[in-house]
Amino acid sequence: MYLAESRSSASTKVGRRGRRAPANVVALGVVSLVTDISSEMVTAILPLYLVIGLGLNPLQFGLLDGLYAGATAVLRLVGGHVADRWRRLKAVAGIGYGLSAACKLGLLAAGSSIAAIGGVLALDRAGKGIRTAPRDALISLSSAPESLGRSFGVHRAMDTVGALLGPLVAAGVLWASLGDFDAVFVTSFCVAGCGVLLLVVLVKDHPRQGPPGAVPIRGMLKLLNIKAFRRCCGWAAALGLVTITDSFVYLALQRRWDVDTALFPLLPIGTAATFLLLAVPLGRLADRVGRWKLFLAGHVALVVALLMLCGPAKSAWLAVAALCLHGIFYAATDGVLPAVAGPLLPEHLRASGLALLQTGQALARMVSAVLVGLVWTLWDLRPALLLTTGALLVVTIAAAVVRPWEEAR
Amino acid sequence: MKKVLASALGMILLIGAAVLYVVQARGGGPAVNARPVVSGRLALAPGNLYFRNLAEGPDQGKLAAVSADDPDGTRQVGNLMCDRFATARSTSICLRTKAGSLPPLTELLVLGADLAIKHQQTLPGTPSRARVSPDGKIVNWTLFVSGDSYAASGFSTRTGLYEVDTGRLVKSIEEIPVFVDGRRYFASDVNYWGVTFAADGNRFYVTLGSKGKTYLIEADYRRYRGDAILQNAECPSLSPDGRRIAYKQKNADGSWRLAVLDLGSRRVTHPAEGHAIDDQPLWRDAGNLLYALKRDATTDIWSTPITATGTPMMLVPDAASPAIR
Repeated sequence: MYLAESRSSASTKVGRRGRRAPANVVALGVVSLVTDISSEMVTAILPLYLVIGLGLNPLQFGLLDGLYAGATAVLRLVGGHVADRWRRLKAVAGIGYGLSAACKLGLLAAGSSIAAIGGVLALDRAGKGIRTAPRDALISLSSAPESLGRSFGVHRAMDTVGALLGPLVAAGVLWASLGDFDAVFVTSFCVAGCGVLLLVVLVKDHPRQGPPGAVPIRGMLKLLNIKAFRRCCGWAAALGLVTITDSFVYLALQRRWDVDTALFPLLPIGTAATFLLLAVPLGRLADRVGRWKLFLAGHVALVVALLMLCGPAKSAWLAVAALCLHGIFYAATDGVLPAVAGPLLPEHLRASGLALLQTGQALARMVSAVLVGLVWTLWDLRPALLLTTGALLVVTIAAAVVRPWEEAR
Repeated sequence: MKKVLASALGMILLIGAAVLYVVQARGGGPAVNARPVVSGRLALAPGNLYFRNLAEGPDQGKLAAVSADDPDGTRQVGNLMCDRFATARSTSICLRTKAGSLPPLTELLVLGADLAIKHQQTLPGTPSRARVSPDGKIVNWTLFVSGDSYAASGFSTRTGLYEVDTGRLVKSIEEIPVFVDGRRYFASDVNYWGVTFAADGNRFYVTLGSKGKTYLIEADYRRYRGDAILQNAECPSLSPDGRRIAYKQKNADGSWRLAVLDLGSRRVTHPAEGHAIDDQPLWRDAGNLLYALKRDATTDIWSTPITATGTPMMLVPDAASPAIR
């Protein structure tokens, strides 16, 4: 039986003294910020590039999407396991960042070949899958157990800043290069390269700890023998199964308030901005009142947002409030969940455990998207939303009543 | 310390390389048109072939015209930039991406007889198809949009139309009731693309894509409903006599080839064109089709007889989105 991180561990010495996040967490945040600028630059111009630049039909890529999502989930597990096995979290995360950076030049080399472009896009996602678990493990191992929520909040906020800046940088490069798509890919590669270099210089790997000897692949599944972690995974997956996908939320909002289609792309920015502003305060709050409590409270925020979207009132302010609540849901859950799970996992299996948890949650959300799609097909979007909202409320209440484990504060 | 210095140097080099690349890209465009062009006022005239000029040079991307009898002759261009263009009677449609907008936006221009702008609209997405009904009363378009479907981060299409006389705008026809095998078809992933109208301005055909299949939909605009009449048929184009439909048919390897459906006998034939095509064909006359064919990073406009024994030929090099008067 693995022991949860004890209060006497060395890292507690840092205690609650600093108001500043640990340097390593900020460093990982900087790397994520720079990398997200690079990847969102490409995401933003890809449709234009394929259709206008190359004269290709993007529907030929969309069909492979489900396959990609599944492959990313599997690679996240592989990344987590290998990082623990080699005991080199930074190196494995670096491989993931490096692979994605190389893919930016790969897009240039792929020319107009559909197979090559599809392959490069798949490799890019593979890089993202590989790096996620070791990076989150590094964040959780680099901060004191008491301030995990804040640390993940800082990282997620910086990550979101990068995602918001990416399209702006891409637009700037397109403007400066007089519409040259290749210039965007080259710039994106250079930015991603800087991200890798920043990782090499700024981020410190976690010193080897835990029992000697290789980590067997069974080690990952054995983690589920830890009662608290098993319950955490189970409830996270159960909540994921009844959590509505973003695009449904935006679609419902757009239909309800008849949002001009030209403004449609702004809706995710509303969510992201709220997420960005509240990730750190809510992470701190989670550290104070209990992370699992805040994780559940985040789901309640989503329930309220969905009720606003489906309810009888029709004020435009409700739409704004619903978007803010959607952002609060992200701020209270996205970084908080790994902060919940971190202390439940032994240090030498942290990456494997976080990979398992997040993959379970991601797969549950994929199933949820398919289920909501089915209900939508049978009835309509509104009944599908109401049904999911009801189920989400029931599961959230159940999780709160059952109280999967006693959370140390 | 050495590592820090090396990395700092690396970052400076990377940023310098990016800036250099952007700067050289600025001056990259050739100052002379690769194919001869005369600038001036572009007008709609019978016997002309209109297209998007792709030849490198200052007039790349502009709407151009050549005489259909001399398609290799000097191109006439105005000031209109269009990614897709179509024309019928006194109405034309021009779709173009709005510069500097990310995510991409499309400017939809409805043009009058003198190619002056009568109506303008900005829509999200990237231009894909554009057509005008034969009576000139309805313009329609298809745009690619990203991240529209719940399948997340995939691509989808949005097809809309605009009544020129009444100003009625349908941003998306996705809510039209459609019947497959006589039963109302429901799915959350429906995509429509490539509309073609009949001469009566009411009957139209469009592609419905859903769950990995495509259907040719025959629809009634006034009653606003449609029926699937054929599978694996995309980007329909109704012949001038309204009795045949040219379209692109998907091959086993995912590419497309031209096909022609006889609406009376429901027989499908294939023109001699063997290349993989990805365009909504256009009827040049009762027996010939026009379409764009990819060649490296550019496309050319080709013409083929609809018979299986004809010989396809290249009509206009470095050109796309053909339209005829």
